[in-house]
Amino acid sequence: MIAKFTPKQTRLAAIAGGLAFLAVAAGLALTALEDNIVFFRSPSEIAANPAIPGEAMRVGGLVREGSVVRDGLRAKFEVTDLAHNISVSYEGMLPDLFREGQGVVAEGRFNAEGLFVADTVLAKHDETYMPPEVAEALEKSGNYNQPHPGKAGTQ
Amino acid sequence: MIAELGHFILVLALVVALAQAFVPLAFLRHETGNATALSFATRASYLQVLLIGASFAALTYAFVRSDFSLMVVFANSHAAKPMIYKIAGVWGNHEGSMLLWTLILAAYGAAFALTSKRLPARFSSFVMVTQGLLGSAFLSFLLFTSNPFARLLPAPFAGQGLTPILQDPALAAHPPLLYAGYVGFSMSFAFAIAALATAGEPHEGRDNNWARWMRPWILTAWIFLTLGIALGSYWAYYELGWGGFWFWDPVENASLMPWLAGTALLHSALVAETRDTLKRWTLLLAIVTFALSLSGTFLVRSGVLTSVHAFANDPERGVYILAILVGFTAGALALYAYRLPKLAPDGAFQPVSREGLLLANNIFLATATVTVFVGTIYPLVLDGLGMGKISVGAPYFNAVFAPLAVPFAILLPLGPLLTWRQGHLAPLRVYVAMGAAAALLLTVSLVLLRGPHSIMVLALFAASFWLVLGAGLDLYRKLFPHRAKLWRFWSLPSTAFSAPLAHGGLGVLMLGILAATQWREEVVVAASPGQEIDIASITLRYDGLREIEGPNYRAEQARLSYLTGAHAGSYLFPERRFYEAERSQTTEAAITTDLTGHLYAVVGETANDKRVLRIWYHPYVAFIWLGALLMAAGGGFGLRTRLRRGA
Repeated sequence: MIAKFTPKQTRLAAIAGGLAFLAVAAGLALTALEDNIVFFRSPSEIAANPAIPGEAMRVGGLVREGSVVRDGLRAKFEVTDLAHNISVSYEGMLPDLFREGQGVVAEGRFNAEGLFVADTVLAKHDETYMPPEVAEALEKSGNYNQPHPGKAGTQ
Repeated sequence: MIAELGHFILVLALVVALAQAFVPLAFLRHETGNATALSFATRASYLQVLLIGASFAALTYAFVRSDFSLMVVFANSHAAKPMIYKIAGVWGNHEGSMLLWTLILAAYGAAFALTSKRLPARFSSFVMVTQGLLGSAFLSFLLFTSNPFARLLPAPFAGQGLTPILQDPALAAHPPLLYAGYVGFSMSFAFAIAALATAGEPHEGRDNNWARWMRPWILTAWIFLTLGIALGSYWAYYELGWGGFWFWDPVENASLMPWLAGTALLHSALVAETRDTLKRWTLLLAIVTFALSLSGTFLVRSGVLTSVHAFANDPERGVYILAILVGFTAGALALYAYRLPKLAPDGAFQPVSREGLLLANNIFLATATVTVFVGTIYPLVLDGLGMGKISVGAPYFNAVFAPLAVPFAILLPLGPLLTWRQGHLAPLRVYVAMGAAAALLLTVSLVLLRGPHSIMVLALFAASFWLVLGAGLDLYRKLFPHRAKLWRFWSLPSTAFSAPLAHGGLGVLMLGILAATQWREEVVVAASPGQEIDIASITLRYDGLREIEGPNYRAEQARLSYLTGAHAGSYLFPERRFYEAERSQTTEAAITTDLTGHLYAVVGETANDKRVLRIWYHPYVAFIWLGALLMAAGGGFGLRTRLRRGA
């Protein structure tokens, strides 16, 4: 009775196989997702609820005026939501639009001394641009001034 | 005045599109009305492309003349800008790019009207009705939320300029190519709708003809989308100055999803056409592919994602596009569910056969699409539910794509080698053994030359070699019967080239990605003039900086001399540009482009009187875009076959 499959059985087998495959893939994807998501925290959130050293995260806000100190390739600066500050250290080339007063997002982790060591610093290529997380963080701390009001078709 | 005319013509275009959508429907209710419906819809299609073309020309005219009384021109252009970027500025903004979208939609519609003379009138009419509906939706979106002809009074003296990083030849061509891809899938969508609407009305005794008719349009869209994505990736590579070629940015993913689904559709339509099976799946895929194209537009245009692409954060527009997306997808799916039983049952199916492997291809591609979808949407959903702001980056996508790519690439070359219906593996044993042995040998020699890699990376290398070898074998088998006249290249059948080029191209692309990510070298230094820098067994010397003046920018230009290697005696000139009109700064990388690797230099800011320089060596990175070009060329040969057959 190991005879040929009927078309219907083949189709059912194909569908079942496909679904099983999709389920396995979805499982893999969710595990990968679990391991690889990075949370965004604002300076105020970190002040209220200090981060665990070594945990990967993104922090963002404005680069505090007068806080940037460069030493060769190493740069130190503070990220602020105008309520609280975070000290960030970064080694490498800062993006084009990195400057004081500008919105940035830094990706990295806190060390044991409470210094945020960034792997990447993002500042987008437009001076009216504000990373959405930063805008919201500023809004929450009550310091947000819409940089570009109105409906004009710019960023 | 020209602008008012452009606006008025756009309103007329909307009226024509509405007529194209609804008038033929009235005639189609009776069998006798088919011819009338067709001739009406055909004329409406032609008229629509003329009207939208005229409107587009009016907007282009405003940009060329720098008419700052138009809001979009003011916000996105500047008198002191090279002409090509004034023209590219037309689609370098939200309103203009949506106008381009509708123009391409109308162009596809007219191209269909022109080439569909041999299709049944009823089927063609339904295709054009769908196109008319889409046209109406997007034209009303334009007119009601994104009018490109909105005035700004009093008119300012100078424009705000176009974001400097968008002032680039590759980026001038990227949106039109990408849109030609996205919108091209509206054709397969319209074909699916027409197929469902006419289900149970077989033509020449078959009810899978639509798959044959659909194929050239899927191919066209797929070729454009492939080129558009490749160009976007190349642009990001050399313009953003980060040295990467793909960032798994949600906006990039938005274009990758329809590409993956479209690739699956390309293959399943082949099965539906030749084997009269997988019809239901193909129709569903045609709907989903276009829905993904639309959601790409939604994600990019709504301001849900903030990126270079997000021109405007206007929720009203987002809601409108979302409504279009949901409306068309839900409508199509409802029609699908309602009309599906009318379709004749699928033919028989054997697992070891070409169609069996094409099904496997579809399962892999569908899974890949879903994983990209999850990674892209999950952060948005989480944010929407107020559960925190997260980002899903490259590690997730790499973790998911790598294990999927290996079995996919191993199975892929077997497809073209197997026959339809009942395939047999036995006669292929020699080929498969030879190919596998060669791929393993190459991988082992790679380990000997380059040192150890992780198992996953080696598996990916082996699979990529196997892909390229398999494509070569496929080409050899297809050209063998024509060996006497190989020199008459154009007389050779196009079918011999399409699959081998596309599949080999994927292998080349994967090799490029692997080499460029695994063997990349990077040096960041703070250098003073005269300092030597070693990278990838080459010695460079930093000679210093000078100020230069461009057409609409000032720049600091650094000079690096090659002291050793094949390029000894030549220079690299990375720049930092400052654009006056846009008050913005960009990094202009200097790249030496060899096939075996790119040397990529960027100049940064001052640090203690020294200059920060960042230099990468990207081995074989050119293979990535070369592979994409090969894939598109494969698609081109496929299209040539179709056109010759007069599909």
